[in-house]
This record gives sequence, structure tokens and C-alpha cells, in this order.
Amino acid sequence: MRVERRVLVAALVWLLLVTTPYWINAVGGYTELGSRVIVMALAAMALNFLLGFTGTLSFGHAAYFGLGAYGVGMTIKYLVPSTGLGILIGIAVGTLAAAIIGALIKHLRGVYFAMVTIAFGQVFYFMAFNWHTLTGGDDGLTGWHREPLNFGFATLDIQAHDTAFYYFALTCFAAAVGAMALLLRSPFGRTLVAIRENERRARFLGIAVERHIWLSFVISCALVSLAGTLYALLNNFTDPRALRWDMSGNFVIMAVLGGMRSFWGPLVGAAVFVVLQDYMSSHTQNWMSIVGLIFVLVVLFFPRGVLGVLRGGSSS
Amino acid sequence: MGQLILFNVFNGLIVGAFYALMALGLSLILNLSGVINFAHGGFLALGAYLAYTTMPYIGFWGALLLAPFLTAAIGLVVERLLIRRLYGRDPLYSLLLTFGLAYILEDATRFIWGAQSLPFPIPDWLAKPLSSEFFFLTGYRLFMVALVASAVAALFFILGRTRLGMRIRAGTLDLETVSALGVNVRVLRNVNFGLGIYLAGLAGVLAAGMLGLQPTIGTSLIMPSFVAIIVGGLGSLVGTLLGGLLIGVASGLATVFMPAASEAIIYAMMGVVLLLRPRGLLGEEGRLQ
Repeated sequence: MRVERRVLVAALVWLLLVTTPYWINAVGGYTELGSRVIVMALAAMALNFLLGFTGTLSFGHAAYFGLGAYGVGMTIKYLVPSTGLGILIGIAVGTLAAAIIGALIKHLRGVYFAMVTIAFGQVFYFMAFNWHTLTGGDDGLTGWHREPLNFGFATLDIQAHDTAFYYFALTCFAAAVGAMALLLRSPFGRTLVAIRENERRARFLGIAVERHIWLSFVISCALVSLAGTLYALLNNFTDPRALRWDMSGNFVIMAVLGGMRSFWGPLVGAAVFVVLQDYMSSHTQNWMSIVGLIFVLVVLFFPRGVLGVLRGGSSS
Repeated sequence: MGQLILFNVFNGLIVGAFYALMALGLSLILNLSGVINFAHGGFLALGAYLAYTTMPYIGFWGALLLAPFLTAAIGLVVERLLIRRLYGRDPLYSLLLTFGLAYILEDATRFIWGAQSLPFPIPDWLAKPLSSEFFFLTGYRLFMVALVASAVAALFFILGRTRLGMRIRAGTLDLETVSALGVNVRVLRNVNFGLGIYLAGLAGVLAAGMLGLQPTIGTSLIMPSFVAIIVGGLGSLVGTLLGGLLIGVASGLATVFMPAASEAIIYAMMGVVLLLRPRGLLGEEGRLQ
């Protein structure tokens, strides 16, 4: 029974995502907004791999998001005009940084882990901000754009067509989300949930807790860097704000807003957050207060998120 | 060169004193209530702007005295209405709430006082350099160091010698027992939060005198304060103080030799400390879990 419901939900989600370019204009949106939802949802779901399913609170994921963004932008600008290679390099840079930092912090827990990840996140912000000759500093990395995809037998022009880019982003999203779903259903994923539920017991069972947390952190950050590369490609631009602390906070609130104990929760949260932000920033100067208010209200009245409330019953 | 180094070390000490003042307030709240107050920078800015607004009526000294108390009063209300609800829950929620508060406070200061930076006048005799040889040694800078030192001394006196301080320290170790002994823990946490915010407000007024007023004045100081706590060691206020001064001086020295790295160096220090001594310089064992 439960399995059937899960399949039904997944089918519905994919149906909505695949048909987005056909109905989004009718409800007042535009294709680029759909792409942004996809990218942010990928970031929030990747964060939730760590937050919701491993029970480890990282508040510094914007760093790896931004490393991906700068990785792809700088590859296309300085090295080779190839979108595919840029994405690979972006992910590699983000993953490498995560592997090193993860090794330093894997034995920290709770508030302390959160604080250290916040602080480490700022290193890359300052680097992007200060290294003016390479990154463009505060003005951002400009003078490049995403290149058409060349498969050898055919070319997909994701630069000229918004819809083509949407489907390209959706393909990356599907690959990453599929990988996460598979991982979570594997013994490795079950072990992560066991660590979340009772770390001491997991340790007594002989599970190498630190190594699992490190691996979960690295996987989560690798997928966030993928989201970062897509974000830069979507905007044909990136700036230091992509890796500042408020971006990390946005990822966390998306995950919580949608429901961090459910697989699709962060997607719902990202959709709500991105659409709301888009609407607010064009209607009021004080959208920062409104985002802040969303944080406060979600924490006080909605801690289990949209899907947590919809599902009811089982407490989180 | 010698004077340049001396200048930057002294400058680093001042900056470090700010970090320490911020970080001590953060540490107080974190140790007793388990809450990372991300809005601390917002309260710092609020203190600075409140001093700016009250100064025309009560002068610099009156504002210096009053503004931190006003900030603390707002802090007490915020704790009472919002933060109190989240004690004992996953730290995720208090972090998100104070994150949202930081947004709101920054936006509110921008809305009320404007986005452009404002001048913050200090008494003339404080603004003058003390000698022509050490041009950087203005009276205000010395005054700041002295004031931060006395604030820290007063804080340690309160914690070490008064009943309130004893309760805070005891609560940090075992809140349940303290509660069972008849101490009103709700009031204790409330007062402790106010104390932390008072320090943020004081840092705000002092920082405004040196840097001028900007809505983002607090956000630029909060990250180094986190680093100060981590370097100094979680759970140790002396460690926090030491961490703040240490990263301040390190950042000042980096300005001499490699200006671009003046901000990155404190994070590099944090990395080294975490690698060699994960609980921080003076941190207590077992606080990490």
C-alpha cells in the first residue's frame, strides 16, 4: 500500500516537472522561473540528504554551491567554451573542498557542526570577493555564457532556447535525484538514517559513524555544486552572493518549509520560496523582512513543513 | 616597518576586542541556552543606531550609557516572545529563527535610518592623536580598549562573584539540577540573554565611533565572532576572549604582509585549530556532542 502511494507521488511529481514549460505561462510564470525552481530544489534536496536523512545540520552549503558556480563560469571564460566540461570541473572543485573540510569537521555534532560549517562557508565568499582579477570581485564573473551542448551526432542549443535549458536542467536534476533515491534505499542510506535516529546505538553496532557522516557530507556537497553550476549557467553570470551565508540559510529554510523528513519536501519548499521571492522582490523594497518573517513563521507554526503537515499522523 | 607592524598589531587588538565582545555575548547565550544567536549582529547595529538617535538629546556619554541598555531591553522582549519557545528543541529551529531575525533587523535599520552610511560624532578630545610619532594612537582607540577591558572585567566579576553569575555558570553545567534547586530557569535564561545582547549593543556603539554607521555593520562582525568561539573553545569564556584577540592580531599582521589574506587568515587559523585540537584552545572535553 505504502509503496504504491510512493510510486503515485513520484509519477505525479515527474509529470508536473516534465510538462512545466507548457503550463507555467498560463499560471503567470515563465520558463526561466521554472528552471530556477529546479535548480534551487536540487540544492535543497541535496542539503536534505545530509540534514533530513543523516541528521547533520550544515549551514554552509552555499560555499559548495558557489564553488560549482565559479567553477563552471571560470572554465568557460578562461579555459574551454564547453558547458559539459565546465559542469564537471565545477562539481570536482566543490567536491574536493567538501572532502577536505568534511574531514576536519566530521567528528563535530549539533550546534558546533552548524557553527563551523557557517564559518568555513565564508572563506570562499571572501576569496571570491577579494580576488578581483580572477573572479571580478563584487561585480561578479561576467563576459561568458553557457555554450550549446554538442553530443557529436547532434547539438542542443541551450543558450538560445529557455525551454531547451529547462529540459537540460531537469535531466541533471533527474540524474541527481535518482542517485539520491537509490542511495537512500541502499544499505548505506539505511545506515545514515540509523545514525540520525540513534548515533550511539549505531556506533555500538560497529558502524563507522564518522566515515558515514563524512561520505554523506561529500555526496551532499557534490550535488549542491552541481546545482551551483546550473545556477550560474541559468544566469550566465555568478557573483559572491551565490556563496554567502544567506544563501545557505535559504537552502535550509526551503528544506524545512517543504518538510525535511520527506524525500520531495525540499522540492515543494523550493517552489514556494522561489516563487514567493520572485513575486515579492518585484512588489516591495522590503522583501528581506518578508523572507525573515517566513523564517520566523515557519519555525514557530510550521516546523514539520508542508509535506509533514499533509502526511499528518507520524510525528517527526 | 617596525612602526607599521606595531600599528597593525594594535589595530588588530582593537578589532579583536570587538570580536571578543561580540563573541562573549554569543557564548553566554550558547552555553546556557544552546542557541546560536545569528541575530547578534543585528542587535549590534541596533545598538549603534539607537546611540545615534539618542545622542542629540543626551550627548555622547549619555548615549554610550543608555543605548546598550535599550538594546538589551529589546533583546529581553525578543527572548520572551520568540526564542523562549525553542529551548530544548533541535538547534536547527533556533538557528533558523535567529537567521530570520537577522534579516528583519537589518532590513528594519535600513528602513528606519536609511541605507547610506551616517557619521557618528565622537568628542573632539577623544578623536585627536595622542602623539605625533604614534599617529594611530588616538584617544578614542585607547578609550575603546579600556572600555572593552572594563566591560570584560565586569562580566567576569558578575559571573565569578555574584549570585546571578553563579547561577548562570551552574546552569551551563546542569540546568536541570539548578532548576530543581529552586532557581527560576526561565528568568535566568531571559536575564542571561539580555546580558549577551547588552554586550552586543555596547560593541555597536563603540564600533560606530570608529567605523561610522551602516545597516550591515553587524553582519561583517558576526562571522569572525563565530571563529573566535571555535578557536577559543566551546564552553570557555576565557577561551572566547583569547580567541577574539588572537584572530584580531593575526588579521592585523596579515594586513602588513599579505593584505588580500587579512580575512582568510582567521579561517585558516580555525582550520588548523580544528585539525590539531578539535575542542578549541581552552574548550572543555565532551562539549562537542
